[in-house]
Formats: sequence, structure tokens, C-alpha cells
Amino acid sequence: MHSNGLFLKDVAGFLGSYYTSLAIMNAVAALILWQKKKQVGWAVVWSAVAGVMMVLASLALSGSAAWVPSLPLSVRNLVNSLSGPVNYTAGTTALFAVLFIFRKFFVQPMVAWTVLNVALLLMGLSMADENFASIVMKPDNVPIVGLVFLLAFFTWVATSQAVVNDERIARGLPPMEKLNDEKVLVWPDLVYTELICMVGVTAFLLVWAIFLQAPLEEPASSVKTPNPSKAPWYFLGLQEMLVYFDPWYAGVVLPSLVVVGLMAMPYLDFNKKGNGYYSIEERKFSYLVYQFGFFELWITLIILGTFLRGPNWNFFGPFEFWSPYKVEVLNNVDLPQMFWVNLLDRPLPRVAAGASTLTQVGTILLREAPGLVVMGAYLLLLPPLLAVTAFRSYYAKMGFIRYMVMVNLMLLMLSLPLKMILRWTLNLKYIISIPEFSLNF
Amino acid sequence: MAIGEIVRNSQIWKSIFRHPMPLDRRNRIVVMLTNFFLHLHPVSIKKQGIALSFTWCMGGVTFFLFLVETVTGVLLMFYYRPTLEWAYNDILALRDVTSLGILRELHRWGAHAMVITTWLHMYRVFLTGSYKPPREFNWVIGVILLLLTLLLSFTGYLLPWDQLAIWAITVGSNMARASPILGYEGPGQQLLTIGGIDMITDGSDARFGLLGARFVGEETLNRFYVLHCIAIPLATALLLAIHFWRVRKDGGISGPL
Repeated sequence: MHSNGLFLKDVAGFLGSYYTSLAIMNAVAALILWQKKKQVGWAVVWSAVAGVMMVLASLALSGSAAWVPSLPLSVRNLVNSLSGPVNYTAGTTALFAVLFIFRKFFVQPMVAWTVLNVALLLMGLSMADENFASIVMKPDNVPIVGLVFLLAFFTWVATSQAVVNDERIARGLPPMEKLNDEKVLVWPDLVYTELICMVGVTAFLLVWAIFLQAPLEEPASSVKTPNPSKAPWYFLGLQEMLVYFDPWYAGVVLPSLVVVGLMAMPYLDFNKKGNGYYSIEERKFSYLVYQFGFFELWITLIILGTFLRGPNWNFFGPFEFWSPYKVEVLNNVDLPQMFWVNLLDRPLPRVAAGASTLTQVGTILLREAPGLVVMGAYLLLLPPLLAVTAFRSYYAKMGFIRYMVMVNLMLLMLSLPLKMILRWTLNLKYIISIPEFSLNF
Repeated sequence: MAIGEIVRNSQIWKSIFRHPMPLDRRNRIVVMLTNFFLHLHPVSIKKQGIALSFTWCMGGVTFFLFLVETVTGVLLMFYYRPTLEWAYNDILALRDVTSLGILRELHRWGAHAMVITTWLHMYRVFLTGSYKPPREFNWVIGVILLLLTLLLSFTGYLLPWDQLAIWAITVGSNMARASPILGYEGPGQQLLTIGGIDMITDGSDARFGLLGARFVGEETLNRFYVLHCIAIPLATALLLAIHFWRVRKDGGISGPL
């Protein structure tokens, strides 16, 4: 399904005000740069951008396919054809890596502002696509769009302070936060800030509530299953994990481990530095672990589950129509099958009906031996191995129990990306598959 | 005498506020010590500790949103009956008939916003290393509060009783069916067998406990309503109180003691 005239007329008003807001945003930036910072060159640049945005706004307001600014169909089709769980994950990982490695470059205000403008422009151009808009504009999905921009903004706020602090610390100076020990009275300095925040949040909520109606679908019916059926948006990362793991692990054990791991964090992080100020260099390991878990395993999976998973939980490109008839080939194989049948060319070990319990269990263990060896090596061999190699100093500082808790939590956290990679490369379904006990891993 | 002064010097005003107007330094200190709501705060604070670029104000906004949810939630309870007969129709009427018809919007968007601000608050606390000693335990309470926030949002999701609601809850609660040992489709549930009788069935497992039934139905609606309006908010309020108290006792929002 591609953009038709009726849809563009519907979004014209929205897009018009969207580009107008972007114009105002850039005009204000230009004014501040010119008046306060005396950076005339940049002020001219952002005034020009504001002008372009105004032109885009008037084009968008026409509501006709010939004028509304949008991505060319060929580009949209290319993006769709390149989209898939593998490219999505690899792409976001690469993006995070680039942002992290070149953080000193990206935190510069003018660079960040450029990135923001490009992102908002791409968003506007994409909104002229009917398929994209129909998913993004679902009332319950709007907060996720907000979340993405808020996370980007606050990560910029934090990283730009961390970069400054890290440079200072490298030169032997205290972080910015420690410079000013001045104390102020809570009334008025804090209570007024709080009051202004409350008024601001109230105003924001009121505007949001007036302009966007809460969703209300047909009355509940236990016989009409919607396709796709989705959990509330903040659990869609968990639902996405169901592609790679059975519900007992993806829906019960892993979420519990997330909670346990978060609670354990302050007791595992023995690094006394970086308390009370933004810093990355002083706590690189804990920083990277947290960011990996939060961004890679939580936020990107929520975005994937919300915007890119359609009927039958199939993957759809951002500009693709959610057709319920899309078929994806599923030819995933269990590890025992790979080992016994494909590698050794023998049938799977099977037990005759009516055999004793001991024989049954023995046969299952034999059948699952490859998986058990792999899992045993992963969970039992790796921790001591790491303790004498990569985590040597950690083991020395943490002691046996704290080290074991940390390393096991990390291995279980990594089980998700590892299983994803195994699925994509080897079509591996389960490493261990014991349907007799509903235990598949 | 100006009208403001007359009011402030009246017996009524003085009986309510235990302090004069906080206009000079002395009274700005006194007000923090003698006002019930304000005594949550210290009298003075490091200027750096309240800089917006440092705190992002996300914890405060989260708490404010909790209050918004409480007020709009109580108002919604006047209109809403958690039964199969009325739940959907009451929401419909709330939108189309009732004046101030944005109550539900405020409540729903406030809930989404609260989930987001909770994450951002946690993110800030992590990035400034504020979970480090002596604040380890307050971080743990914060994690429980995060869990309660998600559960509040999850239980509330069912109440409109539309297709969106029951299927989201069905998908979400189906996980409980696969709980190890305690879910009837979970690994190890065969272990809980006494005299050849399964203890864990679809009528006695973790999912049944969550839903009050074998599928999302009237019992679930009632169960989620009570959890959403009474049980979880009470637990949240208690933990919030401890959370704030510990911020004070542990020496502010961050930095070593």
C-alpha cells in the first residue's frame, strides 16, 4: 500500500506545524547564538535551516503528493529491503559504537544540533509515508518516539559533562561538580525549581491530553485474537526475546535476572571513583555494561518489537505494509539434530516405550550431551577461566562470591545476544531441547 | 495596611502556618523546619546538587506524576465500574458524555510518562554513580519502585476492557504459564506431583494466581482493579516514603558522605 491523496491531506496539518516548529526551533537557536554567543557564522547557518524548514512547512501544507516532502519511493524500498533483525541489530550496535568512540566529536553543541536536525528531518520525511505514519502515530506508540528523543538528549547532556570531567581528571583537576561547594537555601532555590517543573509537566500533560486521544478499540472479545497481539510497549523487548528463547527463560527467568542484576549492581561495583559526578573514563567497565544492557538489550528491542514486528511477529521494514500474508521461512534446527543427524549421520538416541526411568533419563542425557557440554563449558568453565585471565584483577578485588555473582549475571545477560547470533548464523533453534520436561534452551 | 498583610496577620492564617512568610533568611530556614511537606527537604543544599544539568529533575517529575496519577485515578474511580457489563461502556461514556473528558487521557499519558521518567531517573542515578556507597540500599528500593511502576501500568492497561487491553494482558500473563516449576507449561512442573496427582495445573499455577481464572475474564478484571487502585499504590507510597527518607539520611542525592 502506498501513499494516497487522502492520507496526505490528513497529515498535511500535522506536518505543516511540525516543520514550522522545527523552523522556530532553529530560529531561536540562531538568535541565541547571534545575541549571546556572538557566533554569527552559525547563526546564519541555522537561520538558513529555519528558512528551509518554513519552505518545507508550506510544501507539506499543500497536502498533495506532488509537493509534500517525502523520501523517494526508491529510497523507502531500499530501506525496507535492507531491514531485518540482523541488519537492525548490527546497525544499531555499530551506531552506538561510533557514538561512544567518537563521543568527543558528537557532544559538541553544533554537531549535536546538526544530528538532531537531521533526525527530525528524516522523521518528518518518513511521516509522509502512510505505512510508517500508521505505526508511529498509534496513540500508545507516541511515547516511544518521545522516549527515543529524550534518551538521545539526556545521553548528550550526560556525555558532554563526562567528556569535560574526563579531560579535567586526566590533567589532574577535580571534576566540574566538585568545583563549587557553595551551599544555598532550599527555599527558594530548590522549591521554586520544583514548582516550575510541576507547572511545566502539568502544562505538557494537558497539551498532550487535549491533542492526542487515548486509544479505545472494540470491546474485549476473547474469541477475536488480534494479529499481532502485543504486550504493553515497555514489555515488548521481552516479547521480542521470545523469538530466541522459550517463555520460561525469556518471559520469567531473564526478566527476574534483570531485576536481580540491577539490585546487585551497587554491591558488585567496587570502584569508588565516579561517585557524584559524570565520568566515563573512571568507570568504563560498569558504564559499558550498563549501556549495553539498557540501550542494546532493552531500548532497541522495544523499538524493534513496537515498530518493526507486524502480523505473526514477522519483521517488517519501517515503510512496509503490515501484510498478514507475509511468509517467512523457518527452518531452525536443534543442536542434538545437528550433532547426531547432520554431523554423525546417526538417528537421535531414542528409548523404547516402557523402559525404566533410569534408562529414559540416561537416553535423554545422551541425546542432549552436545548441548549439555556446551552449556557446562559456558556456565562452569568460563567463570574460573575468566578469573585467571581477563577478570584477574576483578577476582582479586571482589573475592569468590561477589565475583561469581557478577560473572554469572554477565554470562546470562550475554546469553541473549549469543543466542541471536547463533540463530542468524547457524539457524540454531535450541541448544538443549528436552520436551519431556518442557525444558528447552 | 495592605490586604496581604492583614491576611497574614490574622489568627486563622497564623493557626495554619507555623511560621511567618519566608521572606528573609531566618524565616526561609524556619519554614523548612516547621512545615510538614517541606521538612522532607534539608534547610540548605549544595548548589551543584540541584543544578538541572546534573539532576535532570527526573526523580521529582516521577513523584509528581505519581501524584497526578493518584488524583486523576481517584476521579476516574467515580465513573468506572470494574465489571464486564460496565467497564467498557463507562470508558466510552467518559470519553463521549462526561465533561472534562480528558481525565482518562491525563491518566494514560501520565502513566506512560511515569514509566519513561522512572527510566531516565535511574539512568541519571547510574551515570553519576549515585548508587555507590552509602546509597546501595536506596538503589535497591528504587529497583523495586521501578517494578511497581511497571506493574501499576500493566494492571491499569486491562481496565478499559477493550481488545487492546485484554490481549496485551493475555500476551503478558501467558509468560506466567511457563514459570519454572510453578507454571503448568513450565519446566519442572512435573516435579510437584503428590501420589500421582499433578499439583500444578492450569487451575492452580502461577498464571491462575495472577488472573484469578484460566483466562483473562471478570475475575481478572476485579483482581487487576484492586491491585491497580489499592494494593500497588499503597506499596508504592510506602516505598516512596522510605526512598525519600533515605535520600536525606544518606546525605543527599549523590556523592560520598
